[in-house]
Amino acid sequence: MEAAEIASITQHSGGAIGAAWLMIALPLVGAAVLLLGGRRTDKFGHLLGVLMAVASFVVAALAFVQLLGFAPGERRRGVSLFEFIPGLVDKVGLLVDPLSISFCLLITGVGSLIHVYSIGYMAHDPNRRRFFAYLNLFVAAMLLLVLADNYLALFVGWEGVGLASYLLIGFWQHKPSAATAAKKAFIVNRVGDVGLLIAMFTIFATFHSLTFSGVLDRAGDASQGTLTAIGLLLLVGACGKSAQLPLQSWLLDAMEGPTPVSALIHAATMVTAGVYLIVRSGPIFEGTGTAQLVVTIVGVATLLAGAIIGTAKDDIKKALAGSTMSQIGYMVLAAGVGPAGYAFAIAHLITHGFFKADMFLGAGSVMHAMNDEVDMRKYGGLRKVMPITFATFLVGYLAIIGFPLLSGYFTKDGIIETAMEHSAVLGWLAVLGAGITGFYMSRLVFMTFFGKKRWDAKAHPHESPAVMTVPLLLLSIGSIALGAYLILGNRFMIFLSPAVGAPEHLPEFHPFSAPGLATLALVAIGAAFAWLRYGAAEVPATAPRGSFLTTFARRDLYGDALNEALFMRPGQWLTRLAVFFDNRGVDGLVNGLAASIGGSSGRLRRVQTGFVRSYALSIFVGAAVLVGAWFVVGNL
Amino acid sequence: MNGTIPAPTIEYGMLAPMLVVFGAAIVGVLVEAFAPRYLRSAIHLPITLLSLLISFVLIVWQWVEGVPTKAAAMGAIAVDGPAMFIWGTILVLAFVSVLLIKDEGHFVGAAAAVPGSAEEEQALYEGAAHTEVYPLVLFAVGGMMLFPAANDLLIAFVGLEVMSLPLYLLCGLARRRRLLSQEAAMKYFLLGAFSSAFFLYGTAMIYGYANSLDLAEIGASLGVVGGQDMLLYIGGAMIGVGLLFKIGAAPFQAWKPDVYQGAPTPITALMASGTLIAAFGALLRVFWVALGGLDWNWRPVFYGVAILTMLGGAIFAITQTDIKRMLAYSSIAHGGFLLIGVIATGSAPAQNTSALSGILFYLVAYGFTTVGAFAVVTMVRDAGGEAWHLSRWAGLGKRSPLLAGVFAFFLLAFAGIPLTSGFFGKYAVFQAAVTGGALPLVIVGAVASAVAAFFYVRVIVLMFFSDPAADGPSVVLPSRGTAAVVGLAALATVVLGVFPQPVLDLAHSAAQSLFVR
Repeated sequence: MEAAEIASITQHSGGAIGAAWLMIALPLVGAAVLLLGGRRTDKFGHLLGVLMAVASFVVAALAFVQLLGFAPGERRRGVSLFEFIPGLVDKVGLLVDPLSISFCLLITGVGSLIHVYSIGYMAHDPNRRRFFAYLNLFVAAMLLLVLADNYLALFVGWEGVGLASYLLIGFWQHKPSAATAAKKAFIVNRVGDVGLLIAMFTIFATFHSLTFSGVLDRAGDASQGTLTAIGLLLLVGACGKSAQLPLQSWLLDAMEGPTPVSALIHAATMVTAGVYLIVRSGPIFEGTGTAQLVVTIVGVATLLAGAIIGTAKDDIKKALAGSTMSQIGYMVLAAGVGPAGYAFAIAHLITHGFFKADMFLGAGSVMHAMNDEVDMRKYGGLRKVMPITFATFLVGYLAIIGFPLLSGYFTKDGIIETAMEHSAVLGWLAVLGAGITGFYMSRLVFMTFFGKKRWDAKAHPHESPAVMTVPLLLLSIGSIALGAYLILGNRFMIFLSPAVGAPEHLPEFHPFSAPGLATLALVAIGAAFAWLRYGAAEVPATAPRGSFLTTFARRDLYGDALNEALFMRPGQWLTRLAVFFDNRGVDGLVNGLAASIGGSSGRLRRVQTGFVRSYALSIFVGAAVLVGAWFVVGNL
Repeated sequence: MNGTIPAPTIEYGMLAPMLVVFGAAIVGVLVEAFAPRYLRSAIHLPITLLSLLISFVLIVWQWVEGVPTKAAAMGAIAVDGPAMFIWGTILVLAFVSVLLIKDEGHFVGAAAAVPGSAEEEQALYEGAAHTEVYPLVLFAVGGMMLFPAANDLLIAFVGLEVMSLPLYLLCGLARRRRLLSQEAAMKYFLLGAFSSAFFLYGTAMIYGYANSLDLAEIGASLGVVGGQDMLLYIGGAMIGVGLLFKIGAAPFQAWKPDVYQGAPTPITALMASGTLIAAFGALLRVFWVALGGLDWNWRPVFYGVAILTMLGGAIFAITQTDIKRMLAYSSIAHGGFLLIGVIATGSAPAQNTSALSGILFYLVAYGFTTVGAFAVVTMVRDAGGEAWHLSRWAGLGKRSPLLAGVFAFFLLAFAGIPLTSGFFGKYAVFQAAVTGGALPLVIVGAVASAVAAFFYVRVIVLMFFSDPAADGPSVVLPSRGTAAVVGLAALATVVLGVFPQPVLDLAHSAAQSLFVR
């Protein structure tokens, strides 16, 4: 399949696009004011945070409108900001194109809704201001990540979102589990970041540039082997940030953060940065079939692994986290297919951003009502008590399982069809994944909203306030309609094509193709099975032991055990060895040296007797030595 | 020799800066003799400050007019680029030190009274203060100016004594810890006299060799006179002893901690900056102009002295528990670093210029920082006066973050951390030494700096990371003068550390002319 040309970048100034830096600057200022202002800003901190996010959204929307005013071939607008390290990145600039503006709208749009929601969700938290500061920081970093026109600035944003993620996962750091989870996320991400860094080194060594235009336009010049190496290293980076196998383990633990964080960072935006990276670096991957193959395999493996994990979790957020892994697996799969899949990957990313944020916020609303209980076995029958939450959640649920005509139906179907065309094995595995999705999402909904009440004695569930339900309603509108809008008539693919290219033959939407029908059938079977097990039947209050398969899924497919055996234990031995060496070898040397200097100082001190006569004697002896030395040297 | 001594021709214009200071000192003595006691302080202060200021302005004027290239007063006093740079530096630092000196409470009321006696009580009760301090300081400053400019060994000796004698007296005038102060004065006097004798003896020997006291003529006689090397070697070494003593180089450093500790802190500040600068100026002049042809001889000896001084100063300082003694040892170590610059001189004029300008910059940088550091010491007091013991400084950063921060900054400058003046000083000297082929010395210097950094940082750790003592010293609200001194010193340390180019350029152009012969 031949790719359509990627348009060249037009330098731009003026208008909302020229002011694109404001998108980043506004939330950054918000974060700075809230963090530096301290307790003085407690009163209005949350409002300022929301205001900055919304203002950023307005700029993004204006820039989007302005971008639409250009002919498609001129929709890649470069905005240069300032000069930077000569030779490495001469000028740091922003790149406003259909790809980045799509992300901007998602990040600021969904981000603003989650900001608003957080006002209610964090109302009773004494550190609410700090929370909003971190959220603002995250939005700024994420926007830098997607708006940068070079890998270096992208990396700054990449690390920025990593930092914000770390701070927010560990926001309730008084809980040891949260602190540990934050550290785990940070360390696992470090592995991916090192991959990205080495990829950048290799890129610079190969192309002598780090700007997208300097690298991607000349991707064809590099050898196949170099491109494969760069592609795989970029994939390592993407896997770390997007929780793809084998760097997936941190995402489930990351659910220790406040739920709005899980919705914004660990579902809608940050975890999709890896997909962005792969799509943005498209020309590199397109030049190397090997890297593309690995990308698709990673995608499929993760989409199945995430789905399987989702089936066994009783913690509502962890079940959703497994689902996030799985859905990003779909996106990575599509991104690995090439230009035919990019538009579907990004479209699914956007719709997923809406329906997953919708469901996470819904889950947050449920937890809010149930005294922060996350065990679904203690839910049940909540649909009557929380009608709005239930309705919006139901929309998200139907969207994710691919219920016809909802968002997920169009975008996921697009991915499955593209994958099928690329390779039948990948396609059918993706279909299988959709079936499992049908099962575990139904299980989640049935356990939470249907069946008998299994509440704790103290629980008095109630509907959440409007500040929380309104964002839910808005998000569910996106979950219903966005997919059809983007996919029908290849609207989104045509829109994106100047940025990422497009296949020669635009795909047509076949509602009744074989894979499509098979998907629907499998989803229906999965949902029915879930109804039998969790809707119609009694749900035990404590989890049954289950088969070895269940245990396998509950233990996150032994991902942690594997990490511990392969990396943690050898790592601990290595550090112990290093500490031993440091104590005995280095410290011995250093301390010995320090002790000998200190000791000689103590001994020499006694020379300083305080008696003038001994001082005079020392001068006399010194003078004698000096004269003697003078003679010796003079007669050499 | 026909028995008549012709009156020497004196270029008053060239010597005016020095004459102003000496003149003001004599006026000060008259004030002391005739003005009523209650008026003296009010008269002294403007005279002192004004004379230093006028002198400085005269130097600047002369600099702009054009640096003289011939020695004045019939070749006895050389007013050349380095001398004028040193004069200017000494005058600024003396001005700053006088601002410290003017603060109440540093000087005893009746110096002659036995410590702890009824007379002393009485003098304290009357609020008497030693206003002689001002003329004494002016005489010392005049001596400091004469010493490095002297182009004649006898004039150099006169300068040495004019500088030292008032300082001996000033050391004994501390209001608190009288015994320690008098002991310091006594020690300084005895050892100073001892070392002066060496200098004088060396002068005699050199005269015996060269039949002249004029530095240029001595230089010209090297290698011409035959068979008298014994006189030359002994004379050169003895003069070296006298000069190295004033610098405080090992093994002639023993007086420094005792004297720096006992002297009133403002006087310590003056000595640590002014005396060191003057002594280095004289050392450079004598060993370049007179004994430059003998450098293959003295250079190895100085090599050893520099190593001994740097390592000795740094190692001794580690176990000090008294802030003033620690700063004294730090001053010894810095003297060693400066000696590296002296050794870095080579035959090529460009090399000499870069070494000399490095030393000059180092002196300016170190002078300001050390005055600032001692000014801070004057402000940390408890019931017994200034709190010198380091344990009393624990937790100072928690109670007086600003003061402790400034002091920490000075200490970092002593350690030579980048973005402070100390860094560029060391850098200039070390770089000159590396190009001059004294790399081993620079390595020793770096090691000594590392050892020295330990005790500087230890004080910082003590101030900021230790819990304050319950009855810890309080920081007095500084007078305007002291605050100005600390502020100026901190400013100089920052500016010279961030933006050293103007002063480097100035030092370079001063060094360009080298020493006149």
